[in-house]
Amino acid sequence: MSFFSRSPWILHYDGSSCNGCDIEVLACLTPLYDVERFGVLNTGNPKHADILLVTGSVNERNIEIVENLYRQMPDPKVVVAVGACACSGGIFARAYNIQGGIDKVIPVDVYVPGCAARPESIIDGVVQGIAALEAKRKKTA
Amino acid sequence: MTPAVYGVLFVFLAPVFGGLLAGVDRRVSARMQGRIGPPLLQPFYDLGKLLQKQARQVNPVVEPLLLGHVFFMAVSGVLLLSGTDLIFIAFVFALAALFLVLAAGSVNSPYSFAGAERELVVLLASEPFFILMMAAICKVTGASTYAGVLASPQLVAVQLPGVLLAFLLVATIKLRKSPFDISTSHHPHQELVSGLTTDMSGRMLAYVELAHWYESALLCAFMVLLFNWSVPLGLLAFAIAYALEVLVDNSTSRAKWQLVLRSTWAATLVFSGGNVLALFLLSR
Repeated sequence: MSFFSRSPWILHYDGSSCNGCDIEVLACLTPLYDVERFGVLNTGNPKHADILLVTGSVNERNIEIVENLYRQMPDPKVVVAVGACACSGGIFARAYNIQGGIDKVIPVDVYVPGCAARPESIIDGVVQGIAALEAKRKKTA
Repeated sequence: MTPAVYGVLFVFLAPVFGGLLAGVDRRVSARMQGRIGPPLLQPFYDLGKLLQKQARQVNPVVEPLLLGHVFFMAVSGVLLLSGTDLIFIAFVFALAALFLVLAAGSVNSPYSFAGAERELVVLLASEPFFILMMAAICKVTGASTYAGVLASPQLVAVQLPGVLLAFLLVATIKLRKSPFDISTSHHPHQELVSGLTTDMSGRMLAYVELAHWYESALLCAFMVLLFNWSVPLGLLAFAIAYALEVLVDNSTSRAKWQLVLRSTWAATLVFSGGNVLALFLLSR
């Protein structure tokens, strides 16, 4: 049996988000949504994390940081892009410093739309991320 | 059953006890925060996942050191229950913690290194107490082994209430509870990324968790030493003490290392030292 579906640990990174999606990500941890019910933990450490939740788009200054965080995560790992900006660059897409969505830099497994993405859809994105995590584990095992 | 059998049982049952205790802790903490919390077996799921995940070693010496950490933590329990001298246990217990410090200090991450330094500080804060506690228990009961103390007609907690008080304070360090969890930070309260465990991934982190479960079981065994009339009484006392620890954990913020060191040394000196001194003066 795989334990990944029962214990997905999350690393949350804010690219150049307006903080709208970040507040919704944190709302998932509050008593109303309480994702810890499903074993989800917000680790804050890439070396402990299974799922990288990125909010906001990639800009010239944080390309290196996003790549670095992704590289530091041990396999199997999954990236979930949360919100319109993380998916495509959103309303900032044409700004001079914006590269676009997170998939310009690292491979993204799940796209969660919304501006801001609602907690329900973020949780749904994480659940789909778990399925992707399982698939990757089977491939490597 | 012979004491050696208890020692072997400890190796297999202590992780189950420690894991369940961690599960209860997370559930009770969640309820205190108005949440439902994870399933009771969540710590076991976490451990299973960590064992399945890729482990990246920054320094090849980390894995043997962490295995040493788990080994000596288990050995302290085995020696304790199989009838080794109590004061010797205090030293093996400290040695086990030292392996973790070495593992965390052997990587390049400044967070891990800061965690290792802080772990040394909390060792410095807690070790004098454990040695004094064991010496006091031996003195009061006239026995120097676990079975001997349990067979003693004296109830240790009545003779050594100061030691019991100081034990509650020092156990906060060993159980890694706020405000004394300065060397590592568990998930709800992140600081220094993850302190000692910053650079440990996959099975490396699983070893640390496993060793902590042994540590929790060992602290429970120490509590039984203080309530030596019956094992259920000791377990009940540990349950009450642990509930208090969880309450304190959820209602305090992390202290600075100076406060940790000063308060534990003050408690060791005033409560335990005072207690031992009072017994000495009364018995003259």
